[in-house]
Amino acid sequence: MNKSRHLLIITATFFFSSLGLAPGALGDGFEPPSGLVSRDTRGDGGGSITLTWERSPSDVQQGAQRTKITYEIFRSVSRDTGFSLVGSVPAGTTAYVDADSGQDHRVENNRNYFYRVRLTDGLAYSAAALTGPVSARSNWFDPARANILIVIVVFFILIFIYIRRASRGASLFVRKIAGLDAIEEAVGRATEMGKPVLYVPGIDDVNNIQTIYSMVILGNVAKLVARYGTPLIVPVCRAFVVPLAEETVKQGYLDAGHPEAYNPNNIRYLSDEQFAFTAGVDGIMMREKPAANLFLGSFFAESLILAETGFSTGAIQIAGTANIHQLPFFVVACDYTLIGEEFFAATAYLSGDPKLVGTLKGSDWMKILLMLALVTGALLETFGVTSFTRWFTAQ
Amino acid sequence: MKREVPLIITAIFGCFMVIDFFVPHPLVSSIGETLQQWAIIVVAFAYVLGVANIARISGQKISRRSRDWFYQFPLLAGLVFMLTVGVVWGVGERTLFNDFYLYAYSPMQGTMFSLLAFFIASAAFRAFRLRSFEAALLAIAAIIVMLGRVPVGTLMWDKLPVVSDWIMNVPQMAAKRAIMIGAALGAISTGLKIILGIERNYLGGE
Repeated sequence: MNKSRHLLIITATFFFSSLGLAPGALGDGFEPPSGLVSRDTRGDGGGSITLTWERSPSDVQQGAQRTKITYEIFRSVSRDTGFSLVGSVPAGTTAYVDADSGQDHRVENNRNYFYRVRLTDGLAYSAAALTGPVSARSNWFDPARANILIVIVVFFILIFIYIRRASRGASLFVRKIAGLDAIEEAVGRATEMGKPVLYVPGIDDVNNIQTIYSMVILGNVAKLVARYGTPLIVPVCRAFVVPLAEETVKQGYLDAGHPEAYNPNNIRYLSDEQFAFTAGVDGIMMREKPAANLFLGSFFAESLILAETGFSTGAIQIAGTANIHQLPFFVVACDYTLIGEEFFAATAYLSGDPKLVGTLKGSDWMKILLMLALVTGALLETFGVTSFTRWFTAQ
Repeated sequence: MKREVPLIITAIFGCFMVIDFFVPHPLVSSIGETLQQWAIIVVAFAYVLGVANIARISGQKISRRSRDWFYQFPLLAGLVFMLTVGVVWGVGERTLFNDFYLYAYSPMQGTMFSLLAFFIASAAFRAFRLRSFEAALLAIAAIIVMLGRVPVGTLMWDKLPVVSDWIMNVPQMAAKRAIMIGAALGAISTGLKIILGIERNYLGGE
């Protein structure tokens, strides 16, 4: 009896599959999902439709026991026929995004589609819930990133306000940053000892903002060493950084009025490979014994190898990076360390340019706003209100 | 013009990449992808500059018989050899280039990396000397964290892993996130300064 019933179900399944999708119920008591809704996926570049539904009562009641239960999703350009399976999701799921279904099954923008969703255990299945027509389209804004946009806009407004204030001559206080003050001291010491200054701009490429900023600081250091008449060695890990470093140092010497002192051979491309570069820099430190080592940029596992080698040569060492995992190594092995934001404050601090100082103050006020948001979020979470903290979730 | 043109290019493409982050429309994202492909091509050309830099500096050291000039020979020989092997026999799997990379360069890289263990020991020795109240706090916290992560720590006191986790998850995490927020704001403001041309030192002098 049971065998013949299964045979009937399988035969019926093949029969209706050949016709498209059976709209009627064939299941052994399975109920269809309810509340099926289809819409264009929000904030994407198109080619995607999102379906949501409420769990079938059969799924709610039996889902825990029957692990083979799945929801099958079918799609067609017609309401009644031509449905083909585009995906399936396990019991308990209430959403499906129809996208990337392969070249033959991809969702085309601005074309109407109909969807059917049914519950099945492979042998029996429920009636199919129908939704549509729905079409996918390309969106001009990703609302999931609206929070990031708002925070950035507020931040930019603060920066503009303080740049304007600084440009009008307002006195803006910048706290003392020992590591930046020490750069001149380090260059002076190297000059007294008649030894070169070593400047390592990290091991990342120019697409990293730290490398670009390191070039900015390098320009200031180049002016300093040019005034003191001290050689400056710049080992470079990325080929693309070589012309940037060459131009920056050359301009620094030019600005200081000593273009003749610029030595292009001191801008040395060593290797793009992390530890080959590290070995090369260690070699320079051991052979040429620089009196001051400046490690300013993006560093990774090589940070301590460089800083400890520099320590063993007795050089005064100043480091700065925004890669927080490397900060402890630099703090331990270097005389001064620029921690995170201090690294990005270097040019404003060294030049005193009102516009640059204004950006520092804007950042400070943004930090105060974020601190207030953190405290507010912590308090609201304590009282069970989660919407505020959820708003800050980045997509 | 030498400075204005790069500043204009930076501003246009910088603003475009910011817009690309918020606008998913293919009209914008396809241009963004194209720009990134341009960047890859430009970076590829930069390797020629890198090789030229190595060849120039090494060649001058050899010709002037500078200190340790003879080390430039293995450097240049390695460069020419790997370049030749890569160009002639390819760089994929089961090639001579790959074999040299795996069996010559990788062990040397591993050797260099392994130095880190010794340097961590020497740096930790200096860091954990009790020279001040802060240094003492650091040393005590470090000892608790280290003991809390090894079986012998649990044998000494079964609550040690709990204390260790608390140090890592509460004070350590709070300090780390504070630094991360500050660094992120610094990076964003630097990006803005560069896009708007406020920070232009990297382009050369005034």
